[in-house]
Amino acid sequence: MTGFMTGRRSVTLLSALAFGYAFLYLPIVILIIYSFNDSRLVTVWSHASLRWYAALLENQQMLDAAWLSLRIAAVSATVSVALGTAAAFALQRLKPFFAQRGYEALALMPLIVPEVLIGLSMLLLFVVLGETIGWPQRGATTIALAHASFGMAYATVVIRARLTQLDPALDEAAAILGATPWRTFRRVTLPLLAPAIVAGWLLSFTLSLDDVVVASFVTGPGASTLPIVVFSSVRLGVSPQINALATVIVVLVAVLILTATLMTRSGQRGGRRA
Amino acid sequence: MSMMAGAGRGLRRVILGATTAWLLAFTLLPVLIVVAVSLSEPRLGAPPFTPLFEWGAGFWPVFNGTIASYLTVASDSLYVAAFVSSLRIAATSAMITLVIAYPMAYAIARASDRARFVLLMLVILPFWTSFLIRTYAWTGLLNTNGLINNTLINLGVISQPLTLLHTEFAVHLGIVYSYLPFMVLPIYAVLERMDWLLIEAAQDLGSRPYRAFFRVTLPLSLPGAFAGWLLVFIPALGEFIIPDLLGGPDTLMLGRVLWTEFFNNRDWPVASALAVVLLLVVLLSALLLVKALQRRDAAP
Repeated sequence: MTGFMTGRRSVTLLSALAFGYAFLYLPIVILIIYSFNDSRLVTVWSHASLRWYAALLENQQMLDAAWLSLRIAAVSATVSVALGTAAAFALQRLKPFFAQRGYEALALMPLIVPEVLIGLSMLLLFVVLGETIGWPQRGATTIALAHASFGMAYATVVIRARLTQLDPALDEAAAILGATPWRTFRRVTLPLLAPAIVAGWLLSFTLSLDDVVVASFVTGPGASTLPIVVFSSVRLGVSPQINALATVIVVLVAVLILTATLMTRSGQRGGRRA
Repeated sequence: MSMMAGAGRGLRRVILGATTAWLLAFTLLPVLIVVAVSLSEPRLGAPPFTPLFEWGAGFWPVFNGTIASYLTVASDSLYVAAFVSSLRIAATSAMITLVIAYPMAYAIARASDRARFVLLMLVILPFWTSFLIRTYAWTGLLNTNGLINNTLINLGVISQPLTLLHTEFAVHLGIVYSYLPFMVLPIYAVLERMDWLLIEAAQDLGSRPYRAFFRVTLPLSLPGAFAGWLLVFIPALGEFIIPDLLGGPDTLMLGRVLWTEFFNNRDWPVASALAVVLLLVVLLSALLLVKALQRRDAAP
């Protein structure tokens, strides 16, 4: 920090930053601290303990929901990046211009459409499909399909950003050296895209793990994901067990996202167009 | 060589065809079905709406569409109130977010490269941390026996707890808190690309710092601020979790009304009509956003 933020202005700016970051982080920090509170009364501090974490481990409904959510998130994130990678290539090569813009609008639409709308429209699609072709059964499958469909939009953005930075000369060089298009893709393009693909996967995974609205619409009997269970519990009020669970999720997701960001950042160093 | 190029083209066609089919089936078709259901009538049974086309005695299927659900949405004071208060809450929250985010973005843009990366990471990180949990965290703070009220009572500032939770104030707070990163990033993007020599030149020519800011920096960063405002406004419009957990029973927002109409009243056609109205407002705002971003990118 050289040369700037001197005198009165620096005080104003630094307090703006301090206020902003305190606002962003204090609620979560307080929640984490209180998850170690032994008291059943969430707002009264008695003494530190891991009581609620232990209770969490014995809550079979919560564990089942967590396991289901992890499986749905893994499947939908994998489908999301596969589709997102393909869509990123399609957007780069698609002609004419209006076809490219139409494809882009369709691929990125889930980014701006409200969750209630995605949930309702996906459910109606599954209802109509169920009436006409008898598939899919509402439950984990429909949640995974809906998550894959909005995860694809995020994956497309991340992978496309990386793809536009790649040097086309690398592809040409591989072709001149006699590599088939598939071999070029596998040996040259894919390794260069890998950090963005991993980042896209992690983002889709986290989004799926966090979604309560879309899942509530498209789920069927017996398929309760973790957010659905958490949401129905927090609607009734604050509970110490949810504080403990929230702490676990926050720490897990923070680690995943930090990894994704650092990978994208380190990935940007190689294979970049001059 | 030509055979290989042919194989490449074939692969490309398969990829393009498969993703296009997916997008048509899982993005476009659902929206068309929502429009179709919004034109149908509610009924008891599964599914709880009448088919739009019926194969009768005649050769062509009969079209059964009705705009009754739209008339309900337009005439019932509940839906009109929900529409107006969604726009109002989303607009004012976006404005408050702008006031908090601008100085943050400004300070980050003026920081050293190293500090900048860390500061930006710290802005982005909470956005990816569970939305549900971050909203839930506020319920514990705002409760009548929550941390804020307890602290204020212990400090002797108040004697009776304030009603903070389940109010429109709490909904504003939740939106500002959740969408702050959406505002910081676009403003930061314009400020970061700004030619700071221009401002220093203004100062060298005798302009006081505040004057230079209001005459040069602020006007140049307005496209970024407008983009940020829309990036908060658009998702806030259809927000469900925040008004549901933090709002009171009288806090009407479109997303929440749609949810109630669907899950509690089981009126799918009216829920679909609300969805179509919400979609139109969102798409219109998104068009404005694209324009704002183009203007931002065109700015020097």
